Amino acid sequence: MFELGPILSHVFQVLQTWVIGHGVPPLGAWILAKAIQVGVIVLLVSLIPMVLVYAERKVSAFMQARLGPMNVGPYGILQTLADGIKLIFKEDIIPIGSDRIVHILAPMVVVAPVFICFAPLPFGKGLVPIDLDIGVLFIFAVSGVSTIGVLMAGWGSGNKFSMLGGVRGAAQLVSYEVPRVLSVVPVLMFYGTQSLHGIAMAQQGRWFGVIPKWFIFYPVIGQIAFLIFLIASVAETNRTPFDIPEAESELVAGFHTEFSGLKFALFFLAEYAYVFVSSAMAVALFLGGDDGFSAGGIIPSWLWFIGKTFAIVFLFLWFRWTFPRLRVDRLMQFCWQFLLPWSIVNIGLAGLAVLLLK
Amino acid sequence: MANETSVPTIAPEVFPQHAPEKGMFISLGPQHPSTHGVLRVAITTDGEVVTSAQPDLGYLHRATEKLAEKRTYPQIIVLTDRLDYLAAMTNNWSFCLAVEKLMAVAIPERAEYLRIIVGELQRIASHCVFLGTYGIDIGAFTPFLVAFGRERERILDLFEDICGARLTYNYIRIGGVMADAPEGWEAKVRKFVKEMYGRVDEYDTLLTYNPIFMDRTKEIGKMSPEMAIAWGITGPNLRATGVKADVRKDDPYGLFSKMKFDIPVGKQGDCWERYWVRVQEIRESLKIIEQALDAIQPGDTMGKIAKTFRVPAGEGYGHLEAPRGDLGFYIVSDGSPSPYRMHIRAPSFINLQILQVLLKGWKVSDVIAILGSIDIVLGEVDR
Repeated sequence: MFELGPILSHVFQVLQTWVIGHGVPPLGAWILAKAIQVGVIVLLVSLIPMVLVYAERKVSAFMQARLGPMNVGPYGILQTLADGIKLIFKEDIIPIGSDRIVHILAPMVVVAPVFICFAPLPFGKGLVPIDLDIGVLFIFAVSGVSTIGVLMAGWGSGNKFSMLGGVRGAAQLVSYEVPRVLSVVPVLMFYGTQSLHGIAMAQQGRWFGVIPKWFIFYPVIGQIAFLIFLIASVAETNRTPFDIPEAESELVAGFHTEFSGLKFALFFLAEYAYVFVSSAMAVALFLGGDDGFSAGGIIPSWLWFIGKTFAIVFLFLWFRWTFPRLRVDRLMQFCWQFLLPWSIVNIGLAGLAVLLLK
Repeated sequence: MANETSVPTIAPEVFPQHAPEKGMFISLGPQHPSTHGVLRVAITTDGEVVTSAQPDLGYLHRATEKLAEKRTYPQIIVLTDRLDYLAAMTNNWSFCLAVEKLMAVAIPERAEYLRIIVGELQRIASHCVFLGTYGIDIGAFTPFLVAFGRERERILDLFEDICGARLTYNYIRIGGVMADAPEGWEAKVRKFVKEMYGRVDEYDTLLTYNPIFMDRTKEIGKMSPEMAIAWGITGPNLRATGVKADVRKDDPYGLFSKMKFDIPVGKQGDCWERYWVRVQEIRESLKIIEQALDAIQPGDTMGKIAKTFRVPAGEGYGHLEAPRGDLGFYIVSDGSPSPYRMHIRAPSFINLQILQVLLKGWKVSDVIAILGSIDIVLGEVDR
């Protein structure tokens, strides 16, 4: 009843026939349709961080015995909008000692891949922007480009704290990519596809009519894979306890110390958009995507997907406001000596299980 | 003539004229989120490992000791408020101890107990700030708003009730205290103390025994007892190395000889133990406040002292256990209304000196952990 997919495709068809009826060639109409769709995605990607920033402020406030933003709008819901407007109008400072081109390019390199990452996410029935058959690999590959942006920001600022942050960031992001990718391999082995939509679809159904067939409920393998994926995702998004590239008390603000105004806002946007992408991936891979009881069509599938995603996002926020920060060498040790071996063990277990079940 | 125009090289280790041959020079501060004020530490690193560290002080110098030579004794109490601004009560008290020694004035019992209560409340408030800011240094933000925004705030409310000020109290006066506690204040303190025991247990679950926190602070920045004594370290930093030294026990002032409490000591003097000792001290302070509340009786709060007075010529030294260590005031009086010379033994200043040997060989992240664990207040360092 409230499924967005059919409604949207119907609206698009009506619009397309209307446009073609008014003499626009079909190719033009197709391009127009794609432009509108891309516009919707871009708008969504820019809006999600605003929601997340508000959520973060409120969640942290409730964890710290205070109120959070309360003045701009009812319960401060317009605070992020006000902050965004403020950041747009702020002076854009480029330090004299910086490498100008690298400095200007860095935020763009960080932010551009995020938008592309949203392409293969299955938001619900009929709401998959592009059903790529290598969706999982695509997101990993594209989000890896942001690492270069972090390194560029650190190097191009001409600031020692920034450089330390950039180098730390590059080391951390490259390292945690490895267990993160390996933790997903068992999922791919079980379902035999790399399409996020296909994986989410394969998790529909119930065991014994009760337990959902989500990957996280596969004994041992599912839980290990989910935990490793979650931890590595927190590290990939540079959030506490793994926020050493921007460790405030050590490196002032790390790689984005020297950025102001809109460029700073872009780093902010990228961070929160990545949090959302990681959570959405976790939902599609481990929590059955849009699967859930529909209660007679009242709860649409996209609401299930968004709801589960925000549940994982809440975990990210919870970690941030409860854990201290790890030290840089401990961080590497944790990655290479703990996460990596266990993800390889998990792949072995998954292989055994797949072999036995056949 | 060429010699006159060349710039003299002042302290090359703090302001290097050239980049170091190997590694990198980092000027940590004076504007940096975790130097707790305007402290600058000049660091050279090899990668992320510190090869030399030199604290650079003086950014907050206000010449308190010189100013004191032009003020009357009661006016100096106001200056002492501004030294360690997180523990103004103990500053007032320490100065008054020195003057009272010179004047040989008797202090009423009620004033002594009030001094103990506010002094120990001040210690708890100060340690709450340490606990919170140390959490931020390590990257945990929540303990700060819990310890600083919730518990310390209640102590400040209590201080506001008793003296009207929240930060610079000017409450402890020569010969007694400024005013008696208002009605119901003692019951409020008792209620706070009862609740505070539970809050300290909460800090333990939030931060003290957090595995990441312990990993960041255990075995980091170790100080041996010999080293600590040689550098003149006092207070919780010294006790963390295992030395049972506390002015309240060793040279009891006020009515501390009547109080029963333990001195928490560490074993190896690493960052975690410096932190842990302070958490334990909060518990001991709560015990002392309870005993003082049990013993306090109605009575005078000001000794017999004239409105304007002269201090007899001579030398007086008063010291006490401030939250940051052994805080002393040395006063030379020539019989005039203001001291001839006043010297402050500031524990933060002396504790800070050990940084130049303590920081060597640790990573940049550990520098922050060690710097935070020494717990300095720049108002006292630069005076």
